[in-house]
Parts: sequence; C-alpha cells; structure tokens
Amino acid sequence: MVAFRAIRTVQLGIKSLLLHKMRSMLTMLGIIFGVCSVIAMLAIGEGASYEAQETIKKLGSQNIIIRAVKPPEDNKPSTGRRSYVIDYGISYQDAGRMQTTIPGVKRVLPMRIMRENVLFDQFSVPCQVIGTHPIYPEIAGADILRGRFLSQTDEERQNNVCVLTLGLAERLFAYQEPLEQSVKIGADYYQVVGLIREKSTEQRRPQSGNMEGQPLDNNVYIPLSTARSRFGEVLVRRGAGSYEAEKVELHQLTVQMENTSFVESAVPQIGTLLGRFHSKKDYELIVPLQLLRQAEQTKRIFNIVLGSIAAISLLVGGIGIMNIMLATVTERTREIGIRRALGAKKKDITTQFLVETVVLSFGGGAIGVVIGLLIPVIVSQLTDMKTIITPLSVILSFGISGAVGIVFGLYPASRAADLDPIEALRHE
Amino acid sequence: MSNIVIRIEKLEKRYQLGEVEVRALRGVDLKIEEGSYVAIMGPSGSGKSTMLNILGCLDRPSSGSYYLGGEDVSKMPDDQLSEIRGKRLGFIFQSYNLIHQLTVVENIHVPLFYQGRDIIDCYDQCKKLAELVGLGNRLDHRPKQLSGGQQQRVAIARALVNDPLMILADEPTGNLDSQTGTEVLDLMDQLNAAGKTIVLVTHGEEVAERAHRVLHMKDGVIDREITQRRRQVAPKPGIAAVATARA
Repeated sequence: MVAFRAIRTVQLGIKSLLLHKMRSMLTMLGIIFGVCSVIAMLAIGEGASYEAQETIKKLGSQNIIIRAVKPPEDNKPSTGRRSYVIDYGISYQDAGRMQTTIPGVKRVLPMRIMRENVLFDQFSVPCQVIGTHPIYPEIAGADILRGRFLSQTDEERQNNVCVLTLGLAERLFAYQEPLEQSVKIGADYYQVVGLIREKSTEQRRPQSGNMEGQPLDNNVYIPLSTARSRFGEVLVRRGAGSYEAEKVELHQLTVQMENTSFVESAVPQIGTLLGRFHSKKDYELIVPLQLLRQAEQTKRIFNIVLGSIAAISLLVGGIGIMNIMLATVTERTREIGIRRALGAKKKDITTQFLVETVVLSFGGGAIGVVIGLLIPVIVSQLTDMKTIITPLSVILSFGISGAVGIVFGLYPASRAADLDPIEALRHE
Repeated sequence: MSNIVIRIEKLEKRYQLGEVEVRALRGVDLKIEEGSYVAIMGPSGSGKSTMLNILGCLDRPSSGSYYLGGEDVSKMPDDQLSEIRGKRLGFIFQSYNLIHQLTVVENIHVPLFYQGRDIIDCYDQCKKLAELVGLGNRLDHRPKQLSGGQQQRVAIARALVNDPLMILADEPTGNLDSQTGTEVLDLMDQLNAAGKTIVLVTHGEEVAERAHRVLHMKDGVIDREITQRRRQVAPKPGIAAVATARA
C-alpha cells in the first residue's frame, strides 16, 4: 500500500510539474548547471592533475635532479670584451661528494649535454649529445629497443660508441640498418651500438640556445669519459661577432635514493653541500617527489574551490526551487483546501509538495548528470585535454541535488500543510 | 425509527478578531435523521458558513458537542478529522473545486486515495459514478475541458465515491445558470430519494424549496425551522444502487 502511494504521489508530482513545463524547466536549470558543472569540472581537473602526476612520476619519485643553471647575465664581466668564458655548473667532485656524504644515496648519474650536429651520409641533424654513465636507462627510465646501451667497458676505454634515440635514428637512417653504422659527431666517428626510447622526452630541455622546431627526442648518448676527452670542458658558441664560451663540467646530476623516504632529508643536505662549493647559485634542485606532493596539494585546493563553487551553485539552485515552490503553494492554495476537505492529512500535503520538490531537483540532477557526462567527452574530443570522470563526483552531485530538494522543499511543504483548510478553500 | 446522522447540542463557536470576540454560533441544537434533506438559509453573518464548516469537520466548535454517526467529533485532533472527512462526508462546493491536473476519473478517486486505495483497484467504481452523473464519455477529460454543469456533476460523483453518511453542499448552483442548476438539483433530489442524507447551504428560495426541512439562521442560532412536504421523486435505478451500497 505504501508502495503504490509513493508511486502515485510521484506521478502526481510529475503531473503537477508538467502543468507548467516552462516554469519547471527554468526552476531545474539552477540544479542542472550546478550538477553538470561539478561533474565536468571535476573530470577536467582530474584529467589535468593525472597528466601532471604522470609526468612527475616519470622523473622518478626517489630521484633528486640537480641541473646546472647559467648564472644571471649581469654577472658578465663588464670590461667591454665581447668574448668571454663563463664557468659554471656542477663539477665532477660534486658528484663524488654526493655519493659519499649524503646518507641514502644509491647511485649518482652524471650527465654532460652538448649541442652538436650528427652526420651520416648526407644527413645532418642537430641534436643533444649526452655524455653519461651506463646506468642511465635504469635511472631515467628509458627503454632499450635494439642492441645495447653504453657499457662499463666503453666508459673505461673511452670508446667511440653511441646510442641513438629512435626519433633521431629515423631521421638519420632513411634506408640503412642503423646498428653498426658510424656517425660523425663533432670531429670524430662513433659506432652506433643501440637504439633507445625515452620515457619522458620533455625531461631534458635544452640548456640554452634555440631549439625551436626541433623535436626533443634527438639525443645521442656517448660514454662520459669519451665526452670529456673528445669535447673538452669548454663549449664554444658563436654569437654575432662574439664568442661565448661556457666551461661546464656536468649539466645534470640525477641522484637516486635508496627509496622515497630518504628524499625529504637528502634535499637540504644536498643544498648545503652544493652551497659550500658553489659561490654563485648556478644549479637548481628538482625534486619530483616534492613536485608530486605539490601537485597533490594543488589538486586538493582545486577540489576545495570546486566544492565551494558547486555548493554555492547548488545552494542558489535550491533557493530558486524553494522560491518557485512557495509561489506554487500560494497558487495552489485552493487545491490544498480541496484535498484537505476530501480527507488529506497534513502529512499527506507535506509529502505531496516535498515529493514535487524532490522530483524537480532529482530531475534537474539527472539532466545535469547527463550533460555533465557529455561535456568531458566533447572536451577531450575537441582538445587534447585528458578528462577522467570519477564515479564519486556523479554520485555525490546527484545525491546533493536530491538533498537540496528535500532541504529546500521542507519549508514550502510545511507551509502548505499548515494552511487552514477553510481559508484555503475560500482562496481565490 | 430512522437513524440519527447528526446530533448537535449547545454548539458554540467564538472567534477572536483582534480585541473583539465574535460569537458566530451561540448554542445551536440540531438533529438530522438519515435520509433527510436539510437546507440552511440565512443572511450573511448569521453563522451559516461557520455551521457548515463545523458540520463538515473543517472546524472545531468552541464548546458543545457534535456527534456524527454516533462519534463525537467536536474534540478530535486534526488527523482524525481528516479521516472523518474522507470517510464519512461528501462535499459539493459552489465553485466545483476540482483539481486541474487530474482527469474526471482521477478527481472522483481523490477521497479514496487518502483512504489508501489505489486507483487501479477502484477505477471501475469511479467510472460507474462518472457514468451515473452522465459523464461516461468524458472520463479522461480535464476539468477545464468541461462546462460548469459537468464539473459540478463530477464533484457530485466525487462526493459519492466514499459512500458518505452525509453530503454537504455549499451553494451548489451558485455558479450555474438556471437550466444546469435545475439539472444538478434534480440529481441531488434523486440521490436523496435513494436514501442519501443531504445538508445544503443556500441563499436561493427555489433551491431550499426542494429540502424537507429549511433551517433559518440568525445571529448564530437557528431562528426558525420549516418542514416541507417531501417531493415525490422516483430514484433512477443506478442511483438507488449507489445509495444502497452501504446497506
């Protein structure tokens, strides 16, 4: 019996709302916008933070990256000479000290990055030549596709061998098998021993200079010892009428900790260590773990802001509903009187109007959910933005829309129930 | 010996209108037997509306007692009064008072809904009543699609659906032209002839003429009472069936 009453009351509510289609639609609009904006914004936000976190995770959460930074330009000697040598960057000693003094350090990966053209046959491709150690793929997370990476023997013997990224190999070798070929880098020939693919191609941005229009995955890896002996410590760049030379030992150090719990304590220690040996701030510390935490923090703040916007829009929607329901109650005073005369109890009237409000808000919620689910799909279709719809956001916003109906329906409904039946019947 | 449907003793109703106390009813005594047709007349302010409200269990008296079908309803709480209205009384109003969003059949069903009976279970009953009042071909029409006379006939059907002890009519012909008014009154005559108790509030002499008893109210009391000869009306078979369904 209760079941049929509930069904009939809902049917009656829908019927009454359909009597004023336009008004009901406009009333629902507030809730519709509230719900769909919550779902859509959460989906877009979730997608964005997922991408950010993925990028950071690729850097390795137990790694600390120390990168050489060219000191500010105003440190130039002001003698009017147009050619000079800037001496900055991380030294080999830094790497050694790091390994020996900081607790929890597992490995230290040094990198030396030079800008050179790689030549094969008639092809010449500008790229980054990276002198590094054999452990590079494990720490930076690169996949070896063909052949092998640099070996310890290569390092010790300063072999003229190199490993290419897949992108570079595709540009250099149109028809030939790249392995075992010799490419010319700078003044020397190097034998290609392997092909790798970088997990994150954005990881190593150019140290300086213009890389516009050039893909970032044009990398050549050679043994660090080879790089030192073949290229020396001074890198010369020719400007308009001037030579600009940089003396840099290492461009980047990736310090891998035993596990993530060492990262927090190691960061200030590394800072102190470097601060003691560097007179100027010519390095920067990148801590993926901290970035990750920051990203999570940002996301939390974003969620709070979003939650407030959602709460406000649902509140406004709820007030709109209450407003209309109060008007409806006044307008239907006569009907309330009739129903009371025909045997309706106060609670029957309360239920009727409450159900009507809830139908309104749930209806708005349902439409909002549908639109809210469509928007992220359209957004990811039109742009490259990734969107993730969390079931929680759907359930939550739908639930809240229903709750809004109950909260904002109670007052109009109780107003309706408390009307004096005699007065109500006399109402014009 | 016919049953007493209504027994009212020393009924008083007082209102507080600001500082002034208004005594709308000042000790009314009344008995109404089953099957009677009573008209209440009187100038405005005589207390007849208050009387009707109390008779209809929409209002409670300030003092005195009101027995409806043997039950003392004068001190019942609101919910119980609602139940009494739904089960024991049928209302016919001047302005029909149908519910816009419902069809003819659904309007007739409303009193039963509040007694917890689903329209699926009593659709036939409601349909029969609609046919009885001559609206068998208008079952799914909305009130706005009906003429005044038709609407009032739906209201009459609705007043019958719960098989009430008494039908209370408040100026049932007030909004109708004389032709349709007569039709409606004829219908009520038939109901009464079939055994329904009817209490009618009216200004119109020709309406009151149809009643057996005419009560004139003045200053909150029943001033005088006229007993009229019963009109000979042969109830239609269908109506007789409705009225005797209770027996």
